[in-house]
Amino acid sequence: MNERVRFYQTGSFAVRNRLLPVVDASVQSDPGRSNAITSGHRACQGCGEALGARYALDAAMRAADGRVVAVNATGCLEVFSTPYPETSWQIPWLHSLFGNAPAVASGVAAALRVRGREDIRVVAQAGDGGTVDIGMGPLSGMFERNDDVLFICYDNEAYMNTGVQRSGATPPGARTMTTQAVGPHPGAPFGQGKDLPRIAMAHEIPYVATATVADLRDLEAKVTTAMALRGARYLHVLVPCPLGWGTPGHDTIRVARLATESGLFPVFEAHHGEITTVTPIRRRVPVTDYLRVQKRYAHLFGDPPATAEIARIQEQADRTIRRYGITEVTV
Amino acid sequence: MFQARIHGRGGQGVVTAAELLSVAAFRSGHHAQAFPSFGSERTGAPVVAYCRISDAPIRTREPVVAPDALIVQDVTLLRQVDVTSGLRSGGYLLINTARDPVDLALPLPAEVLLATVPATELAVTHIGRPVPNVALLGGFAALTGLIGLEALAAAIADRFPPQLAAGNEAAARAAFAAVEDPEVRHATAD
Amino acid sequence: MRQQIEGSQAVARTVAACRPQVICAYPISPQTHIVETLSRLVQSGALTGCEYLNVDSEFAAMSAAIGASAAGARTYTATASQGLLYMVEAVYNASGLGLPIVMTVANRAIGAPINIWNDHSDAMSQRDSGWIQLYAEDNQHAADLHVQAYRLAEEVSLPVMVCMDGFILTHAVEEVEVPDAEQVDAFLPPYDPRQVLDPDEPVSIGAMVGPEAFLEVRYLAHLRQMQALATIPRIAADFAAVTGRHRDGLVSRYRMEDADLVVVALGSVLGTLKDTVDSLRDEGLPVGVLGITSFRPFPLAAVGEALAHTSRVLVLEKSLAVGIGGAVSSNVRTALAARPVPTTTVIAGLGGRPILRSSLDTVIRGTLAGEVPDLFFLDLKTDLVEREVARMRAARRSGPAAENILRDVAGVGDPHAVGRPR
Repeated sequence: MNERVRFYQTGSFAVRNRLLPVVDASVQSDPGRSNAITSGHRACQGCGEALGARYALDAAMRAADGRVVAVNATGCLEVFSTPYPETSWQIPWLHSLFGNAPAVASGVAAALRVRGREDIRVVAQAGDGGTVDIGMGPLSGMFERNDDVLFICYDNEAYMNTGVQRSGATPPGARTMTTQAVGPHPGAPFGQGKDLPRIAMAHEIPYVATATVADLRDLEAKVTTAMALRGARYLHVLVPCPLGWGTPGHDTIRVARLATESGLFPVFEAHHGEITTVTPIRRRVPVTDYLRVQKRYAHLFGDPPATAEIARIQEQADRTIRRYGITEVTV
Repeated sequence: MFQARIHGRGGQGVVTAAELLSVAAFRSGHHAQAFPSFGSERTGAPVVAYCRISDAPIRTREPVVAPDALIVQDVTLLRQVDVTSGLRSGGYLLINTARDPVDLALPLPAEVLLATVPATELAVTHIGRPVPNVALLGGFAALTGLIGLEALAAAIADRFPPQLAAGNEAAARAAFAAVEDPEVRHATAD
Repeated sequence: MRQQIEGSQAVARTVAACRPQVICAYPISPQTHIVETLSRLVQSGALTGCEYLNVDSEFAAMSAAIGASAAGARTYTATASQGLLYMVEAVYNASGLGLPIVMTVANRAIGAPINIWNDHSDAMSQRDSGWIQLYAEDNQHAADLHVQAYRLAEEVSLPVMVCMDGFILTHAVEEVEVPDAEQVDAFLPPYDPRQVLDPDEPVSIGAMVGPEAFLEVRYLAHLRQMQALATIPRIAADFAAVTGRHRDGLVSRYRMEDADLVVVALGSVLGTLKDTVDSLRDEGLPVGVLGITSFRPFPLAAVGEALAHTSRVLVLEKSLAVGIGGAVSSNVRTALAARPVPTTTVIAGLGGRPILRSSLDTVIRGTLAGEVPDLFFLDLKTDLVEREVARMRAARRSGPAAENILRDVAGVGDPHAVGRPR
C-alpha cells in the first residue's frame, strides 16, 4: 500500500490525515474504495449532490462488503450519472420514476429477502423534490412498514434538474424560477415548506440523521451507522447547488458549512424517533454570512435591505438552535 | 335451467345464501352459478343475489330477470322492493315470516307455490343470531326439491366453522321440516 | 380439483400455485377478494417463499413490483379502475423496463361519476401501455390465463395484465378446476430473469435514453409483442397438454360457420352472447361470435382471417372511446383493412348496466336488418339524456349533470329547481 493514490475528486494526491490512525481513515482515502459512482459523470462543477452521493455510496459499499443495490429517483443524480450508453454506476442501479424510489426500493428489499439475499443491502436516493414532494407518500409507506432500506435525500432545496423551481424544501426568501425575486414579497414565501427529517422521526424508524457535504467524515460515519442497522433508515444530506443557489463551484463546502454554522441546518442523529446526538457548531455565524454569499438571496441585500425578512430567517436559525439544543464549541 | 333470486338486506347473508345454494347444487351433480347484485351496500340496505342451476354448463351472465324461485329474507322488503318482478307462473316463493302465506295477500302470478317459514326465529334458536339465510335454504330445499338436504348440509359444513355449521344445519333442517308440512305451503290460483 | 368457488378465490389460489415471490397489495373493489385470499395464504403459511407487501397506494404497488421484479423475484399485484389509473406512470415504466410482472385487473368503470361496477374502461385506457392484455371469458379461463400469463411474461420479458370482469367474474361462484402446484410446476419453469440487480454482475437499469436510441428501444417493445402473437398460441397448447383444458390463445370462434354477421367481444359477455347466438341460430339466422382473448398484442391476422367470409361485423364494447366510439372497433376495422365490411359499434354494459340477452337479441337482429347505426348505445335511456340536454339549454347554471340525471331516475321533484343554488 505504498504506491501513491490519486484522489479522484480533486486530482490531488492527498490520501488522508496522516495524524489519524488508519482505522479512522475516511472511506474515500482508501485506495480500495468502490468508486460506486465513478468519475466521468456529467454533474456541474462543484455539485454538492455528486460529492455527497459519492461519499455516501462508497461508505455504504464498505459497510456492506461491496453488496449494495442502488435505487434512484429521477433527478439530477440520475440524469448526470447515466448519459446513455455511459453509466457512472459500478454497482447494480435501478431508476424507475420520479416519485416512486422508496416503493421500488421496498420491492427490491422484499425480493432480496425472499431470495435469501439479505446480505445485499438496498440504498435508495432522491433529491428533495423526489423525497419531500412527489415521493413522500411512498416514502412514508416505506418508513411505516420499516422496510430494510436506507433512503438518502440529497437536499439542494429546489427542483434543480428542471431548472430551479421551488420545492417543499425551498427555504423562505429563496429565489427560484417559481418564486422569483419580484413584487412586494420576493422569493419563496415564509411559513411554508416541510421538515422531512422530523417527519421521518415521527415514524419512529430505527435511524434518522442529517449531514452536509461540509463534513464528509460525518456523512461517512452516519452512512456506516445506518448500514449497521436494519429496517427503514433515513439520511438527509444538505448538498448546495452552485447553479440554483448562485454560488461559485469552489464554494460548495463553504456554503454547506455556513448553513450549519448559522444554525439554519441542524446536524443530528435520531434513533427510533428520539434525538441521540446533535453536532455542535464550531463557530456560530449570523445568517447573513450564509445568505449573502448566495445569489438566490441577493434581493434581500438590495437598497434598502430586507431587514424584516433577514430578521425572520435569523429567528428561524435561533429557533432551530434552541429546538435541537445546538451548542457552540469553545476552543 | 333453474334460476333463483334471493332478496334480503345487507348483513343477512344474502350473498352467502346464493353461494351455498350453488355449492349444494354443485355437490348434487348440477352446474351452478351464484353472483350478487354487485353493489356497495352497507348493512341494512336491500341486497339481491342470484343462483342458476342447470344440467348443462352455464354461460350467461345477465342478472336473473325471470326467476323460477324467489327467497325473501326480510318480509319488510315486500313493501319496498318489487321482489316478485319477473316471477314465472308455477314458480316458487319462500318468505321469511311466521305469518301464514294466505295472510300476506300478495299479488302473484298463477300457480306460484308459496311458503313461509320463521327463519329468523329458527336461526336465533339454533345459532343464537338472527341470520336467516341458511335456515331459508332448508325451506327452499323442501319447497322446490331442487337440492337435497344432505348436499346442503355438506355445503354448510364447507363454509362455516364446525359449531356455526352445526347450528346452521340444525336451523336448515328445522326449516325443511316446517316447509315440508303441506299446511305451510300454499299454491296460488289465478 | 374441480370445485364450486368464487372467481377471486380461484384466481388467488391459481396465482399462489404459480409461486409468486413478492405480492404487492392495495385494496380496491372489485379486486380486493383476490389480495385478501393471497394474504391469508401467505400469513397462514400455505404459500411459502413469498413476501406480501401491504403498500400505501397502487402507484406504490406497481413501483414495488418493479423493484421486486428487477431484483429477480416473480411478482404479482392486482388492481382495478381508479387504482389502475393511479399507477399508470409505473404501468408504463414496468413495460418499458421489460419486467415480467403479472397483474390482475378486475375490470371496473372509471369515474367521474364514481362507479364501482364493471366495464372495460380501465384496462382499455392502458391498451397502449406496452403490457400484454388477456381477457377472461369465465372464471376457469381467468384462472388458466394467470398461469399462462407468467409463462408468457417471463418468456418474452414483458408484463401481462389478466383482465377479468369485476363482480361479474370476480364475485361469481361457479365451478373451476383450480390449477394445482404440480400442474403449474410442470408447465411453468422457475423465473430466469433476462436482467437482474446483482452485485456480482452490476448493471444499470433505467438510464436516460435520448433521440439516438429511443425509437429502437420502443420498436423492440413492439417487436416483442409481435413475437408474443406466436408465443401465446404455443403456450395455450402447452397448457392444454398439461391440464387438458384448451382454448385458443388469441381469439375464440363460436358458430362462425357461414356466419353473415359476427359479433366481436371481449370478456364475460361472450357467455351471454353465445346463448343469444344459439337461439338465433335455432331460428336459422347466420350469426357467430368471435371472442378476443389477446387484445394486446392485437391479433390482426387471426381476426382478419376469422372475419374473412362474413358480410357484417358487430363489435360489442364495454368501454367508450369518447369522441369517436369504440377502441376495439378501431382495431377490428384495422384487421379488416384488406376487405372492409360494414362494422357496427355497440357500446354496452358501461358502469355495470346489465347486458341482457333480450337486448343483445334485438340489436343483433337489427344489425342483420341493417337498421342499427354505425355507433349504437345499447339500452340507452334517451329520455334521461334529453331531459338533461333540455336543462342545459334552458339555464347556464344547470348544475351537476350526473346528480340531475339521478334525480330524474328516482323521480324526485323538479331537479332543475332543486339543483340550482339560490
